Amino acid sequence: MTVQEFKDILHNGVWKQNTGLVQLLGMCPILAVSSSVVNGVSLGLATAVVMALSGAAIAPIRNLVPNEARIPVFILIIAVLVTVVQFSMNAYMYGLYVVLGIFIPLIVTNCIVLARIEAFAAKNPMWQSALDGFAMGLGLTAVLAVLGGLREIFGHGTLLSGIDLVFGEAAKSWVITVVPNYHGFLLAILPPGAFITLGMLIAGKNWLNLRAERKLKGANATVAPVDGGCAVPHGS
Amino acid sequence: MFFSPFISKPDSVAQIMLKVLLALLPGIAMYVWYFGPAILVSITLASITALATEAAMLKLRGRPVAPFLKDNSALLTAWLLALSIPPLAPWWLVVVGTAFAIAIAKQLYGGLGNNPFNPAMVGYAVLIISFPVHMTHWLAPQGLVLTELSFAQQLQYIFSGVLPHSVTLDAISMATPLDTLKTHLHLEESVQQILNMPIYGQIGGHGSEMVAWGFLFGGLYLLASRIISWHIPVAFLGTLFAIAGIFHLVDPAHYVAPLFHLFSGAAILGAFFILTDPVSSPTTNKGRLIYAAGAAFLTYMIRVFGGFPDGVAFATLLMNIAVPLIVLYTQPKVFGKKDKNKKDNQP
Repeated sequence: MTVQEFKDILHNGVWKQNTGLVQLLGMCPILAVSSSVVNGVSLGLATAVVMALSGAAIAPIRNLVPNEARIPVFILIIAVLVTVVQFSMNAYMYGLYVVLGIFIPLIVTNCIVLARIEAFAAKNPMWQSALDGFAMGLGLTAVLAVLGGLREIFGHGTLLSGIDLVFGEAAKSWVITVVPNYHGFLLAILPPGAFITLGMLIAGKNWLNLRAERKLKGANATVAPVDGGCAVPHGS
Repeated sequence: MFFSPFISKPDSVAQIMLKVLLALLPGIAMYVWYFGPAILVSITLASITALATEAAMLKLRGRPVAPFLKDNSALLTAWLLALSIPPLAPWWLVVVGTAFAIAIAKQLYGGLGNNPFNPAMVGYAVLIISFPVHMTHWLAPQGLVLTELSFAQQLQYIFSGVLPHSVTLDAISMATPLDTLKTHLHLEESVQQILNMPIYGQIGGHGSEMVAWGFLFGGLYLLASRIISWHIPVAFLGTLFAIAGIFHLVDPAHYVAPLFHLFSGAAILGAFFILTDPVSSPTTNKGRLIYAAGAAFLTYMIRVFGGFPDGVAFATLLMNIAVPLIVLYTQPKVFGKKDKNKKDNQP
């Protein structure tokens, strides 16, 4: 894997084809568990681990699996890996395991996992596939972190609440009270808050993209109007 | 511009909105008479917030600010929202609700004419879901409670949350007539017993029934000046009356008389001012009948069997979702076409 390849895969996963803001895959967990930073990041990282492992597990056997039977085979492998992650969380982070509940086993059905397997791991070598899965998972984690942070601040006026579920009782003092004596804004915690905030984030990303594009155009128009500077689409 | 004397110039949006605002005045006057001037504070606050939010959003969207600000539609949203929340609500409640209504429910959908939901009702729904406690502190009508706040004390409470010494919030506020009815019905009291309580008047709540009369008066003015058509108010109030009547006839001890439903809560305000919003209501007459009847049915169900004090806001929002479908299926027959050919007209 060349350095350029490495950079491309990472950039693709975290920003350009971000699962939460661009591909809009796996909306169910994004909307359901993003009520706080800790919940969001935990599930995001769990998904990233599963995606990296499944990418690495499936890429080497991609030529052995008959095309007609590939979906059940892939899903079985993903399910095994999710079960491993689920049991590990049950054993080492029991509090968090209880909070995230059904959404950990549901990583199996999260379409983003299978989508990346189909789009990437089924066509690429092992290390690239593992990196792609992990980068996609990181992108998801970033969205969940921002979404969870915004909803937590608006909803409860705190940040990092529930961190003791991950790092033990001592971490309870890490919780930041952003707005003291906050009345709470329940809508931000409820599902509509997730939809509205995610909509704002998508709008924000599109605005950033647009601005970058304009800058690029402006630079090209004045300096070198040769290729138009358009990027070749990566990935699927 | 010259017009022949027999052609009347259609009203501009600003004029229509202004007339609707004027039509709200009798109801507001009654409100002030029975509940004190606190409502004027929330109307002012909401108006300022609405205009500021509208201007900021228009600027962000790169649209001309002045012409849209002058169309009075933001003001109407602000007034309707202010009228649906308790007058003694803290100032930030009004500001948050209005800003949400204008910024998210109206401007993000594309501004005036493009919002699928009634912005004022979206604001109300956000507030009642997010701040249920603050939304229940309704003022008791004057003369019914021992302690009454002066206007200065009300202002102080709205802006700083501080009540005068020895006055508790419970002493000056009470649940709405609809809410009280629901609570006492749960306590196994009969409707007749409950209606003997001092907060009830002739047909609705003491004071609030007069506010409803004021809105009815303004609504009739809107009808007479042809700003709204008869379909929505008649279908809404008629259906509400009919459903409430059926329940009342079957079991008068548990279901209150239909006129009570018409004159309490936001029924009259909703029928003439909220449901008739030209943007979020159907454009066909048949559609308007279906829309208003559906809203009345939902309002009754939410009021009687639901958990919220009033159902008009949620009923309006739910029927707003159905408007595109209603309009699609109630297209009037094109003149000169047979009914059977209707399919050919559709794309």
